[in-house]
Amino acid sequence: MRSVLDIVDLSVDELQELMQTACDIIDNPEKYQEVCRHKKLATLFFEPSTRTRLSFEAAMYELGGNVISVSSANNSSAAKGESVADTAKTVSCYADIIAMRHPKEGAAMVAAAAASIPVINAGDGGHNHPTQTLADLLTIYREKGKMENLTIGLCGDLKFGRTVHSLINAMSRYEGVRFVLISPEELKVPSYVKKDVLQRKRIPYLQTTSLEDVMPQLDILYMTRVQRERFFNEEDYLRLKDSYILTPQKLMTAKKDLAIMHPLPRVNEISVAIDDDPRACYFKQVLNGKYMRMALILKLLKEAGTI
Amino acid sequence: MNIDSIRDGVVIDHITAGRGMRLYELLHLDDLDCSVAIIKNVTSKKMAKKDIIKIDSKTHINMDVIGFVDPQATVNIIRDGELVRKRCIEMPLELTNVIRCMNPRCITTTEQELDHVFRLTDKENKIYRCIYCETKAERKY
Repeated sequence: MRSVLDIVDLSVDELQELMQTACDIIDNPEKYQEVCRHKKLATLFFEPSTRTRLSFEAAMYELGGNVISVSSANNSSAAKGESVADTAKTVSCYADIIAMRHPKEGAAMVAAAAASIPVINAGDGGHNHPTQTLADLLTIYREKGKMENLTIGLCGDLKFGRTVHSLINAMSRYEGVRFVLISPEELKVPSYVKKDVLQRKRIPYLQTTSLEDVMPQLDILYMTRVQRERFFNEEDYLRLKDSYILTPQKLMTAKKDLAIMHPLPRVNEISVAIDDDPRACYFKQVLNGKYMRMALILKLLKEAGTI
Repeated sequence: MNIDSIRDGVVIDHITAGRGMRLYELLHLDDLDCSVAIIKNVTSKKMAKKDIIKIDSKTHINMDVIGFVDPQATVNIIRDGELVRKRCIEMPLELTNVIRCMNPRCITTTEQELDHVFRLTDKENKIYRCIYCETKAERKY
């Protein structure tokens, strides 16, 4: 049974296919209103996440399907000590596809191995979050009209930010992509990402602590939040949380067609004064996330022979 | 120093000096009730110094453990006092329940029944990663 646990589970051709389906959904929503009629998505969220869960649920409703949901570990059998594998087997009896978020890394893989229906990883701790990357890719595609020959600045928490690692993995498969990695020393991209992805594929990259210095080079600026929940130590979080705040002043030297992205939620790393700037794409990214989740649900249900 | 030769058993030879005890632990040789000798820092023409383990019984040896800890070691099978087979070791592509994932965020920390599985992701640098969370295996030597 095909599941999607990591963005690299999807080939470049499949990503293209998903982006084309998403664009077709945007252009012709009526075509897709009934395609998942009588089908059920189970959203199993064992970690708080309003945004991703609502996006999956909205996606399934817009495809004409239904949703059954666990929105907190406290209200589920997990609180009674049930294993992830048993939960996945049980839910396979009720639903046609699972979207699962879990605080532990690798939980989605365990669920996918046990389930008899497709599993979409909706975030497993700080590890993978492939549908966020799908949202990011569609945003890049729609804003830039291409995936190749782009300079992508990634700014903020590049150590714990799983969206950043996933995006690096995904974009490193396109020609002519260059990364600019902007972070405080303590939150630099882990060496294994640099070694296993960037250096192995000979992708050019620059590491810096100054956003201002590199701003004029960027085609895309991907801001991230310093996430409190990824720190064991509150002091470290408080020291680093305000490292980069994007303001209109800092954007003065940016390209006119820069695309400013953020996986959201933001705290204060992008000033609200930027929201009306035409280069701000982060709310479009949210919408794109829903369309890509629709495209992915469709693809997996088709491959499973469910629709 | 003299260690008697064995009649029926296994000699793990050409172990990189200092890794003998780790192999002893991971192969669970302390569970055996036969004679087991760990000989440390033996002078070797090829390696300058090496460790050797001699096991005086026809026991099963998990070759994956040796391939993970020290792929240059050799395993000699002894029967009736004669060397009947000499095996060179390869790094295993996958290791199951040999080492544990030390990442506190890994699903294996809460799901007690799960196998701890590591996959060889970089042969050149001998790097194994947990299949669940992709954390690098710790090598205690």
